[in-house]
Amino acid sequence: MSDFILFDEEFRHIKDVISRLKADAQAKVVFIVDKNGQQIAAQGDMESLDTTSLASLTAGNVAATDGLARLIGEREFPVLFHEGERDNVYISVVGQRVILVVIFDERSSLGLVRLRVRKANGELERIFETIQQKVDAEKSRRLAGFDSPFAEITDEDIDNLFKD
Amino acid sequence: MTFINYAAREINCKIVYYGPGLCGKTTNLQYIYDRTNPAAKGKLISLATETDRTLFFDFLPVDLGTVRGFKTRFHLYTVPGQIFYDASRRLILKGVDGVVFVADSQEARMEANVESLSNLDKNLVEHGFDLATIPYVLQLNKRDLPTALPVETLYRGLNFKGEPTFEATAPLGIGVFDTLKAVAKQVLMVLRKK
Repeated sequence: MSDFILFDEEFRHIKDVISRLKADAQAKVVFIVDKNGQQIAAQGDMESLDTTSLASLTAGNVAATDGLARLIGEREFPVLFHEGERDNVYISVVGQRVILVVIFDERSSLGLVRLRVRKANGELERIFETIQQKVDAEKSRRLAGFDSPFAEITDEDIDNLFKD
Repeated sequence: MTFINYAAREINCKIVYYGPGLCGKTTNLQYIYDRTNPAAKGKLISLATETDRTLFFDFLPVDLGTVRGFKTRFHLYTVPGQIFYDASRRLILKGVDGVVFVADSQEARMEANVESLSNLDKNLVEHGFDLATIPYVLQLNKRDLPTALPVETLYRGLNFKGEPTFEATAPLGIGVFDTLKAVAKQVLMVLRKK
């Protein structure tokens, strides 16, 4: 499996899309994680949130639900919704690779969130396609003899990480 | 699958601790959590049963420091060891960069070790990985128990490619950081070659 590489330009585009989604859907928080549990970008009031744990648990949740889907003969359940007393979580899978999470309260509604997410999903899918193309291009560039920025990591660099 | 974030100047890698039930995978993470500087770690999340057996996974994010201007973050996961949780184990291996196999040194658990290792091999293949090439470390845990087999016996029975092997007593921390360091080093070496 190829590595996932996020470049500055696409990172800005993703931030723009989720920032707009947050405003349009009147959500509290919008964030994107990859299916392996790594957080890619987030918008909103993150102060009180442990976003790293959120990312890992969201990915675990989606992975478990995907497993369930396959057991009953479905390819995936592209949308998950959790309703709480105050806050709700709307989770959708974008382009089978990343997960879009929207946290919202009574100031918004499931209908509004669903509508806005659908629009944002299309934009995000295109951005992640561009990222994939860039990663592929980068890979062929490297095969053609260009070094990765990590090619120069030395044993010493690695040992230094573990100095007490 | 390493996640390289140029925007945040971060490298994120995923390490999975695998092994039979009650071999000490969660104890490894617990010790790392207890001994890591608060600024360099996140929360330790355990999805466990009421009797403290891992149900889905444990998760601990740790920052190891900076390499070539990139912050290196390792996401440590454990799998549930009990045989019937195989579907969950498979899910957790998705996108893994390195594996630690925690073996239980007791004679009575040797068969469970071998079975779990073969299960790891099978589940890695399902994700397109190969145990022969993925960054991999063997930990022989529970060395303090009187029922522990000699290291040579365990090594002959479980080490299959000359992988780095460490003796450990996880609750006391013996061998815990050596194991983590060895697997993290291999993961970064792979990144260098890419």
